Amino acid sequence: MNLGTRKILDRSFTAVGITSILLMAAALLVVVVPIFSGGIGAIFFKGTIEHRKIQYNEFEKGSRKVIDRQIAEVTPYRQEVYRILDAFEADMETMEPAEKRDYLSKYKKVRDIVAHLLGPIPGDPEPILLRYQYGTTRWEKAEESLHDLMFVTKWDYSNPEEMAKQYFVPRADEFAGTALAALFPYMEKNLDKMLLPEQTFYWGFLTERSLDAHIFGGIWAEIQGTFFLAVGAMLFAFPLGVIAAIYFTEYARENFFTSVLRSANSTLAGVPSIVFGLFGLAFFINTIKVSDSKSVLAGSLTLAIMILPTIIRAAEEAILSVPRAYKEASMGLGSTKWRTILTVILPAALPGIITGGIISLGRAAGETAPIIFTAAVSVGATIGVADVFTQPTPALSWNIYNLASEHEAANEIRHVQYGMVLSLISIVLLLNLSAILLRAHVSKKLKG
Amino acid sequence: MQEVLKKKSGENRALAPRESRKTIGNINVQNPRMVCRNVNVFYDEKQAIRNVSIDIGRNEVLAMIGPSGCGKSTFLRCLNRMNDTIDSCHVTGEILFDGKNIYDASVDVVPLRAQIGMVFQKPNPFPKSIYENVAWAPKIHGIVESKSDADEIVESSLQKAGLWEEVKDRLDQPGTGLSGGQQQRLCIARAIAVSPEVILMDEPCSALDPIATAKIEDLIEELRTQYTIAIVTHSMQQASRVSQRTAFFHLGDLIEVGSTETIFTKPSHQLTEDYITGRYG
Repeated sequence: MNLGTRKILDRSFTAVGITSILLMAAALLVVVVPIFSGGIGAIFFKGTIEHRKIQYNEFEKGSRKVIDRQIAEVTPYRQEVYRILDAFEADMETMEPAEKRDYLSKYKKVRDIVAHLLGPIPGDPEPILLRYQYGTTRWEKAEESLHDLMFVTKWDYSNPEEMAKQYFVPRADEFAGTALAALFPYMEKNLDKMLLPEQTFYWGFLTERSLDAHIFGGIWAEIQGTFFLAVGAMLFAFPLGVIAAIYFTEYARENFFTSVLRSANSTLAGVPSIVFGLFGLAFFINTIKVSDSKSVLAGSLTLAIMILPTIIRAAEEAILSVPRAYKEASMGLGSTKWRTILTVILPAALPGIITGGIISLGRAAGETAPIIFTAAVSVGATIGVADVFTQPTPALSWNIYNLASEHEAANEIRHVQYGMVLSLISIVLLLNLSAILLRAHVSKKLKG
Repeated sequence: MQEVLKKKSGENRALAPRESRKTIGNINVQNPRMVCRNVNVFYDEKQAIRNVSIDIGRNEVLAMIGPSGCGKSTFLRCLNRMNDTIDSCHVTGEILFDGKNIYDASVDVVPLRAQIGMVFQKPNPFPKSIYENVAWAPKIHGIVESKSDADEIVESSLQKAGLWEEVKDRLDQPGTGLSGGQQQRLCIARAIAVSPEVILMDEPCSALDPIATAKIEDLIEELRTQYTIAIVTHSMQQASRVSQRTAFFHLGDLIEVGSTETIFTKPSHQLTEDYITGRYG
């Protein structure tokens, strides 16, 4: 091959390599940017007075004085809304039955939206669910509801060839000539005066419990559950894995038995996580009954089994990469094998072992399938450390899935879901970052 | 030296033929420290050492020379049972230390290896501080109890190894940060910290520059007054400089033993002469 061709090949190879890395980076950006912006929205947003009321009533945060003053500020504007509603209701009483029936269903929608925006309408019975006791807490959600109030969404089915088209009709038209017609321009003009949006830094999203299945409140129960499960899994898997790696590298002789063990280990590393989940249910809960039903303990054990092969592998590699010279030096000085392993080989292998451990910890924190059947519940209280043996827990990975697919108000609380995703990604990234830093620190200390 | 040798080989000395594999020379010494008799070493089926018998005397430096693969390192590693760490290796014959066979089932290798220390080809300090490198072995053998004991041992060992002046101000720094020659002297200090009686050296200077090598050789000369030393070396100059007796190995056989002077000036075996005059090796 002549020099010209070789250069061209070299360059095209470089170009392909750089392109693929750029593609990866672009893909990462496409994924990470929405997660980040959406997740940050769970903490930084324009909060309304309803948010501040919840914070005060449920978590005793904020000042009574300020809230009272703001309530006094919004009340006149809200009174006007209620007055218009009352006037229209009074009007309806005087209508013909057919006309009244026609208005009634349309009016109910309006009333629901107003209640959703401002909280229960005076005179209505006190709602039982927390979600109906307060109005809209986030300004952008309030604006969406306002749009719903102002316009009726219609679908145009005229062309059977194409998908139906969405279009909006002003709702005021439905009530033209009635007392309610005044409501729409009034709401549009004065909504901010009724809700008093303020830029809010809601740190409590990370540290407070959820209220009414994540409609309000934070995700502390999930963060804590994730922490319990991942740390629990490490408590089982890390010591076992390191001991197994020591056995494989220092004690096991090359024979049929150990080669079977090794290939079993590699196979386990490739088993899909849902299989581990079913195994955990069948073995830990149904067979040996570590707990009556789902529990953090059963989930941790299942996760531990799942990450064990990775830990063994990483520790084995790390131990094998310790220079033989260290071992010989130690043995040559008359140290026992066990002491050599403990004081010379393990310290030198520590950076690699720790890295493998923390990356497995990140994996345990992020896995969903193994905990579906063994540990996770969609809505649950924040549990204490003493409850881990008997109680299930919410966990970030599972609740992200739950909010995305099964939650009754999934559309209303996308920000919570994004917040959870961002928290989970941050936890895993932080773990990996700490693995890198720890590794650098330890190996620097060893090398000098 | 080679000039001298060439001249000498011109003389009509009767040399043992190349084909003879019997050990020539006096394997015995007065009042020996270690006595090896009929030592055979096998790696699985392959025999690496055949029927080697030799004494190692007190306060002498025994050099073991020979071409690559002749088994000299294997033999050296038998002397403190370092070969135990290799699964496929097994040893027959007797190696007596203080009148006891070290391959006897009742012998504990832990104190044995403290008595017969070893210095390796490549400097291999632990990834710990200089102080820890030296103090580690005395600690695990329970020789030191207090911090002051350890300080004393560290200082005296480093002094014996001729390293104290160079490192006394940075004992807490990692041993791996020293230069190659300093690292090797640190390894020697580490070995003598447990007060061994014999020190085995496996090509201790092969990874070092000439100046560092000279320092180690001076050190060996000093250590000889207190310890028995067996050294494997590839450098015949080194063997002739540091040793009193020399053993020549060839393909697993001990071909010739004698005082260093005799071996290098009047070798009796054809193979020995060929090797030291550089015809192969």
